[in-house]
Amino acid sequence: MSAPIGPLLFHLGASHHTAPLALREKLALPPARAEELRARIGPQSLPELAVLNTCNRVELYGVAANPADLAILEAAFCEVTGLAADDFAAIRAHATGAAAIRHLVAVAAGLESQLLGENEIFGQVKDAYAEAQAAGRAGPVLNRVFQKAFQAAKHIRTHTALNEGQVSVANVAVELAATIFGDLSEARVLLLGAGDIGEKAAKAFRSRGAGALTVANRTPERAFALAQQLDATALPFELFARHLGDYDIVVGSTAAPDAVVRAADVSAARNRRRALPWLFLDLALPRDIEPEVSRLDNVYLYNLDDLAKIAARNLAAREAEVARARALASEKAEALWQQILARHGA
Amino acid sequence: MPPITDRTWLWLAAACYLAGAALGTLSLLRERRHSRAVMYFILAAGYAFQTFGLYLRGVAVKGCPLGNTFELVQFTAWSAASLYLLVGPAFRLSLLGYGTALLSACLSVTALLVPAWDAAKRAHIFGGNAWIEFHAALALFSYGVFGLLALVAGMYWLRDHGLRRKQVGGAYAFLPSIRDLDQIGLRLLAAGVALLAASLAVGSVWWLREPATVNLVKLLATIGVFLAYALALALRLTRRLVGRRWAVACALLFIAALLSIVPVDSSRHGSRPAPPPEVATR
Repeated sequence: MSAPIGPLLFHLGASHHTAPLALREKLALPPARAEELRARIGPQSLPELAVLNTCNRVELYGVAANPADLAILEAAFCEVTGLAADDFAAIRAHATGAAAIRHLVAVAAGLESQLLGENEIFGQVKDAYAEAQAAGRAGPVLNRVFQKAFQAAKHIRTHTALNEGQVSVANVAVELAATIFGDLSEARVLLLGAGDIGEKAAKAFRSRGAGALTVANRTPERAFALAQQLDATALPFELFARHLGDYDIVVGSTAAPDAVVRAADVSAARNRRRALPWLFLDLALPRDIEPEVSRLDNVYLYNLDDLAKIAARNLAAREAEVARARALASEKAEALWQQILARHGA
Repeated sequence: MPPITDRTWLWLAAACYLAGAALGTLSLLRERRHSRAVMYFILAAGYAFQTFGLYLRGVAVKGCPLGNTFELVQFTAWSAASLYLLVGPAFRLSLLGYGTALLSACLSVTALLVPAWDAAKRAHIFGGNAWIEFHAALALFSYGVFGLLALVAGMYWLRDHGLRRKQVGGAYAFLPSIRDLDQIGLRLLAAGVALLAASLAVGSVWWLREPATVNLVKLLATIGVFLAYALALALRLTRRLVGRRWAVACALLFIAALLSIVPVDSSRHGSRPAPPPEVATR
């Protein structure tokens, strides 16, 4: 086997593509464990080492002094995580050189994320790089690789539709509200039901800066608890119909067997807000809001199916961009690897 | 080589507006956002050419160039472009630039392609009275505002249509929000009504002084347009005309306002001295 040309840049780890959740939990490298790993493999063997630890992946990026150090790193990783070497061998992903850069760019661009094109991963990769810098384990190769990978990821996000359109029902609901109300900071949101779906929707609205959130639930304790958690207001469930017209967005997510929002109540409340648009989001099954509501002027009603269809269309649009995004990632990675080789006189 | 005339400049303006409309259409078809700065630049270039063309025409007719249907339609397109360049960036309404380019292109090109509209060239139609000139210009400027209002109303209708059919992606994704469209539409409606009211107020002074000089058809058509828009504003403010019906009403009113230009123009100025045909810049 011929010796590798240029610096021994590598990527080693596992992700949701290869490891189930139970294994990923074991693999996790929170800061203390990451520090322990760095301590076990000193800068003499691995002068450069960055640890990317998220709920979907644990990945190590580094530069090894010689190929044997990679085996030592793998053994140390298994020791720190308590995972058997054979188990790790079955799920591990490994690449070197241009392939490792290509992988990093794809990860930072959201191409490898469970939720294709999501943005959070970009910040997580930045944090991993910052930690490596703070630990003194980001040298000339990783500095260049990470900085260029960030530029490439931004380029991919800008020049493809990879992260356009929301793909989760809660985020689609919020995006929809924005198409009606624009800035949500003045929008008043009424949440009927305090279950999981309602909570997710409420959090999505809160993260987009919705002005005022109110929770109404048949079990008042649950309504108060969720309201407290979200810095919202709780409203007795039996009173919501009377105050319906005060809210711009009504989210139904109760477990009630019949509709709790009647078209007659909406029609009566509409007189108070005739010029203002009104959005009803029915996230419940069976449905919480009578479908007749959608016949009213200036009133928009979306149920779970409608939102799921939009999410599916958005996802399909993102997937259609994957090939283009991967081609861009390969192109950038190859160019960067050639620059690195030239710098190292290979 | 033929001399560069006022119409040449107006054709150049129309070409710019068409370029803006083509850019916006292509961007929409490709589901990509166009650059607002580029659209603004294209509209500004068109506006500059149109201003110069109308200036040359104004020099030729010795006054504000509002003497025939061609000039009235050109002036309406110029007003819409002026308003967009003035307040468009502040509105921050996506597709408004594209809509303005489309509207101005349609009006300019149609006016240039109908020779009959420019057959009768009238000089000095305001008899040197600056107030009457101001009255006419203000009225036409309000038509430009109503043109933008019709655009905003059209976007509102499309957005509402998409939302009702659960279509929010594709080209629909580039439309502004319902609330933004509603608020800006209301502002444009109020501004248009105020401008037209001011124009009528200025004109009424002259009419009271010399009632015989004002043609009845023109008077009725202008007051009819004003009353229709004022009624729409009153109904909107009292929340009786909202949503889709408001959008449809604004679009129909603009069509009616445009159609009123033809009888208004043909009803006045039975005979005017013909100006020199076209003014060459060299």
